[in-house]
Amino acid sequence: MSGSEREREIESKHESDIEAAFADEPALVSYVAAGDPNAEETKEYVRALVRGGSDVIELGLPFSEPIAEGPTIQQAIRRALDAGMTPDRYFDLVADLDVDVPLVCMTYYNLIYQYGTSEARRASEHASGEAASQRGVEPFVAAAAEAGISGLIVPDLPVDESAPLKEACDAHGLDLIFMVAPTTTDDRLERMLDRATGFVYVQGRLGTTGARSDVSDETHVSLGRLDQTELPKAVGFGISEREHAREIVGGGADGIIVGSAFVDIVASQENVAERLEAKASELKAGALEARAEVPEPERT
Amino acid sequence: MSSKSKFGEYGGQYVPEALMPAIEELTDAYERYVLDNEDGFMDEFRGRLRDFGGRPTPLQRADRLSERYDREIYLKREDLVHGGAHKLNNALGQVLLAKYMGKDRIVAETGAGQHGTATAMACAHLGIDCEIYMGRTDINRQRPNVFRMRIHDAEVNPVDIGSGTLKEAINATMRDWATNVEDTHYVIGSVVGPHPFPKMVRDFQSVISEEAREQIREQAGRLPDSVVACAGGGSNTMGAFHEFVGDEEVSLFAVEAGGSSLSIDEEEGLAPHSASLSTGDEGVLHGARTKLLQNSEGQILESHSVSAGLDYSGVGPELAHLVDEERVTPVNVGDDAALEAFHRLSKLEGIIPALESSHALGYLERASETDARSGDVPDLGDLVVVNVSGRGDKDLDTVIEESDRRDIDAAPSMEVFEG
Repeated sequence: MSGSEREREIESKHESDIEAAFADEPALVSYVAAGDPNAEETKEYVRALVRGGSDVIELGLPFSEPIAEGPTIQQAIRRALDAGMTPDRYFDLVADLDVDVPLVCMTYYNLIYQYGTSEARRASEHASGEAASQRGVEPFVAAAAEAGISGLIVPDLPVDESAPLKEACDAHGLDLIFMVAPTTTDDRLERMLDRATGFVYVQGRLGTTGARSDVSDETHVSLGRLDQTELPKAVGFGISEREHAREIVGGGADGIIVGSAFVDIVASQENVAERLEAKASELKAGALEARAEVPEPERT
Repeated sequence: MSSKSKFGEYGGQYVPEALMPAIEELTDAYERYVLDNEDGFMDEFRGRLRDFGGRPTPLQRADRLSERYDREIYLKREDLVHGGAHKLNNALGQVLLAKYMGKDRIVAETGAGQHGTATAMACAHLGIDCEIYMGRTDINRQRPNVFRMRIHDAEVNPVDIGSGTLKEAINATMRDWATNVEDTHYVIGSVVGPHPFPKMVRDFQSVISEEAREQIREQAGRLPDSVVACAGGGSNTMGAFHEFVGDEEVSLFAVEAGGSSLSIDEEEGLAPHSASLSTGDEGVLHGARTKLLQNSEGQILESHSVSAGLDYSGVGPELAHLVDEERVTPVNVGDDAALEAFHRLSKLEGIIPALESSHALGYLERASETDARSGDVPDLGDLVVVNVSGRGDKDLDTVIEESDRRDIDAAPSMEVFEG
């Protein structure tokens, strides 16, 4: 499908902020852990990533047991928790961010599930009394929507367990983004695509998050299997260099997702904002190069 | 998602997508081989449990304990299973299942080291590669088991992040599994994790109650008034309870680690105990919805117990369900009382119990005390089966050090023998 066909198709139904961010050119989705090393600096870093060309910001809400993350992001999450990041502080941070790109909350299911039940929640000002007394996922989604979050990624929530969260996201206009792994079977892929909105998160390889030095063949296979979907496809896990970005977009992705490469810069505590902006520019340039180089394949 | 994966509202499959196909494959293998005995899997498993594992284990009347507590006390001797703990029942079942499934690599986590040791033994027995993840804190307090795993040719990978206990070891093993899922099976060590693990591990462990139920009827002429077992993740607990769940007249007591206190330090993110059944809230951890030690925001608290094997912030979803249904009564025994019970059984019966099992034994004392506290404690009745889930050799360093530090009355002085 050509770029313009894609645009028409996306426009023909209700287009989310996140889908729109992929419409014109290959998108850069950038991750940082909220509160690493503190809320104020996170805001500065997000702005730097946007200046560098990020089209979507994935803002991690730290959970104490991040089973899908590699060492780099595990440590970032630990720093953020030690500095006192909580769901309520996270929503305050998001509400304060005046950037004009969509924000996606990446977190684990227990935080979403607990939000409506906690004592702290009942006392908080984020939701009405009715929402706060509910058990389940709705209060979190309501608070996220109010703060300005456009979508959720929940790595420990497979499509099989996602019905309650999907319902709440639909009710509040949030995208629920699903991850497709190299091991995902066709049957599972079909079920996921039935529910997915925003974009499809293509896990570039097996394992956990973390920058790698090459691009896996699994990435190309995964992208090939997603040919039929109209949703934008973004590849994550292991992207850290301009060359990776170019290769992945050249291989048919609509965007790239980068986390550990940015989190490494945050961890170094040296000229962080400046270097984040430069890294984002480098990766975005790699993605744009690929789109310029690669002719649109003919559809048969 | 079928209701088969749940116990009431508990259980389920909350894991990264990369693992879901492996979990579906495992569910299929569990149904075919374990439930339907395809290719004679269960026959081979039972045969190996007998010849390699040393089953059945005895149900022994504890004469001096019976006299002390003025009730009939029977001990289910899981400490006599090959390797020294009930853990082999499950490890052997899962490693054998992995072979039937054509997997050629095993990963496992371990807390006290008993599950790691059992898995390493089963892998050596069946000839399959084995890597074990273990928290640094647990490595330091369970060194003999670390050596045993190495002797059986398993790799032991230290986990340094967080508190360096079971919770972190499970996270690390899940990450390994997610990376190598195509040729690797994760032998989860307790009745925790995503479906089908809680049911499958329970099925492998239920040989304990199957034997105990038959043995007590033979030896005492009737079913017991109560069955007592310690509960961390809950595998020996579910194993000891399962065949009695339908016997409404038998009370089931899950003894949790009361640690040093049942309070919670939210500021520090610490629970100085591991009593998730009695004090935890519903949440999602390590693939299942269950009762957890967590703060009001859903962050998981570090747990504590003098016993590494009970030191876990979650618990099996089926146990959580049985507690809600009031079929299982959760009680707890603190660190000091467990140490007292350790020395008591060693002196009175000539059996050195694991610190985990010492919690179950500690409840006998607590339930029999005549002081003011006893009114709060449910009665055990006249005929009691206690599951001695493992032997205490692995705990000797901890017991000697902690008994001295805490001035445990029943402990012998070791001072004169120290170089």
